[in-house]
Amino acid sequence: MSQGKPRVRVPKSAAAGDTITIKTLINHKMESGQRHGGDGALVPRQIINRFLVTFNGETVMDVGMEPAISTNPFFEFEAMVPEAGEFHFQWFDDDGSVYEERKSIEIA
Amino acid sequence: MELTRRNLMLLCAGSFGASVLGLPAFAAKIDDAMTAFTGGAPVGDGDLTLTAPEIAENGATVPIQISAPGALAIALFSDGNPEPKMAQFTFGPLNPTQFASTRVRLQQTQNVFALAKMADGSFVQATANVKVTIGGCGG
Repeated sequence: MSQGKPRVRVPKSAAAGDTITIKTLINHKMESGQRHGGDGALVPRQIINRFLVTFNGETVMDVGMEPAISTNPFFEFEAMVPEAGEFHFQWFDDDGSVYEERKSIEIA
Repeated sequence: MELTRRNLMLLCAGSFGASVLGLPAFAAKIDDAMTAFTGGAPVGDGDLTLTAPEIAENGATVPIQISAPGALAIALFSDGNPEPKMAQFTFGPLNPTQFASTRVRLQQTQNVFALAKMADGSFVQATANVKVTIGGCGG
């Protein structure tokens, strides 16, 4: 399965100062490091350990993730939109890769 | 070992025994994890909502919702998983509602705890018991 393919839903426009709902999903196996493989050995941990959302550089939400987060991590949360701009979503993998997605929003 | 009915019974009995014996040690583990978040500050009740299903059919994806208006951060803990800490949400200035929803793994029937750090430095807690039906020996 391809890993690190994000899907993000952000409204295209909002009124200034409005609170909007954002949903995010990313493909990732979130290998917990607790599971034994077919050969009986522990499968090494490989998870996304951090999820960061910013809007025009300001933090919306910063999540520290542990192995208890399910496969294909899903998050739903709310954000306030003070002006037109861009949401920047970043997922940080244990192996050092960073998966990114950007969504811009207009003021209606 | 072949998975016969007898072996399965043994396995279940064994893991049940292990989980009972392991409880005191585990209680310490979750306390440690919570103290690491609160810094030892007293924890009270307050404006924190933890929404979890009463019965989860599949422990691999259990939907959890947290909401604590005015909180700076919320952490999630479990008392039946190998690692007690599940996630920590830190809210920035552009997050007006301090609401989040995600999906977690629960290995067995257990309690889920949410701890919120409020803007005035106090901590509040909420608990939910989740029965997991698929998670080993029939839960």
